[in-house]
Amino acid sequence: MVDEILQSKNDLKMQIKNLNFYYGTHQVLKNINLDIKSNAITAIIGPSGCGKTTFIRILNRMNDIILGTKIEGDILFDQKNIYDDDIDVVEIRRKIGMVFQRPNPFPKSIFENIAYGLKINNLTVNKGELRERVEVALRDAALWEEVKDRLNTSALDLSGGQQQRLCIARALAVQPEVILFDEPCSALDPIATAKIEELIQELKEKYTIIIVTHNMQQAARASDYTAFLMLGELIEFDITEKIFTNPSQKITEDYITGRFG
Amino acid sequence: MERQLDYELNGLKEKLLKMASLVEESIAKAIKSLVKRDSTLAQEAIEEDTQIDLLEVEINNLSLKLLALKQPMASDLRFITSAMKISAHLERIGDQAVNIAERSLELITQPLLKPLIDIPRMAELAQEMVKNSIGFLINNDISSVEELWKAENVVDDLNTQIFRELLTYMIEDPKTIKRAVGLILVGRHLERIADLSTDIAEEVVYAVSGKNIKHFYKAKSF
Repeated sequence: MVDEILQSKNDLKMQIKNLNFYYGTHQVLKNINLDIKSNAITAIIGPSGCGKTTFIRILNRMNDIILGTKIEGDILFDQKNIYDDDIDVVEIRRKIGMVFQRPNPFPKSIFENIAYGLKINNLTVNKGELRERVEVALRDAALWEEVKDRLNTSALDLSGGQQQRLCIARALAVQPEVILFDEPCSALDPIATAKIEELIQELKEKYTIIIVTHNMQQAARASDYTAFLMLGELIEFDITEKIFTNPSQKITEDYITGRFG
Repeated sequence: MERQLDYELNGLKEKLLKMASLVEESIAKAIKSLVKRDSTLAQEAIEEDTQIDLLEVEINNLSLKLLALKQPMASDLRFITSAMKISAHLERIGDQAVNIAERSLELITQPLLKPLIDIPRMAELAQEMVKNSIGFLINNDISSVEELWKAENVVDDLNTQIFRELLTYMIEDPKTIKRAVGLILVGRHLERIADLSTDIAEEVVYAVSGKNIKHFYKAKSF
């Protein structure tokens, strides 16, 4: 089964090469090299402060909005560096979507939350197509059945788990290729968490997924590949099964068995 | 850093050690009963097998509990799953010791066929193999596991020797067949014990190194 994963998805959606990242003079990521396979789920784990959130925010240039940061290295998306001068950052953030730790729906109706991205990106030509795309996005996020009869009600009235799925639908509506999840279940109860994890499994058929999580069991349950970061360095990267049954590095073993962290 | 899990894993190790030690004792008693022609020892070996069986249940229950509640990973996970399999092998070794005791009870009722030399030698080796295989796990050290494969070869050779020798007895005098077969079976039980000990050692290699060397007897260098 492991060989199937390796062989069937040979193409790399993203490649991170020699990444170094600084907040001012403080270096927070050191010489990271990582390949992200298409249509697979890659988990990033590591202790607090290891740089995983900084890392994932580099992948769609969310760190651009923070002053005083410096990046070295290449972040390739379909073999093109997303930090090149001729890159449209807005387009990058559409293609590489993000779902955050705390659900953050807009203070609008459920329908408008999804429609907003479609409208401002001019992705639909008429109202009919808009309604259709909103429905597809909500179905893909496993939320349609629960909200189809109240699309015009406020998104803020949804439960935490539903709000998070709404945020996923919002990202899906603009047809991304990669979805970045930054600890998507930290604020959710176990049942909502299980639903999101199931959804992520379904999403990998069409999208490439990267998920930052501090929950090792979640990484073990929900990912195909796992990268272990510590103090800004990539310690180990391998098939999830290998990382959790027989890691190569002692530090990885010590972390995942709870001997430190 | 000592974890709560370390405390539980040590508990699991202790149970495995206890089980191995009971099993060794059982083999020793069964063979001693044969050599000394002492049926009481044989009875004891048979009755004491229950303790071995109970330990297998305990080890399995504790392992399952740890898997469910602690979400162990990597070497901890491998250790626990290996402990479950090793306890099953030890239980079967215990059963083989009981079989030897039962053979002994039959043989004691008849005159001694020949001085017993190879069988006690085999038994000694088998006991040591049980002890060493568990020792590798407890000490987390598989550097001398090759010695175990060598010991298995010696036991196999002794078994073949016993069989050939007893065959000549049976051919010469059919009246010896019952006793000869009894002794051949004892040799077979000891050979099975040695075999099961190497199965244990294969599990230990997996637990300690993460490498699976099962079913590749000749390629047992790693």
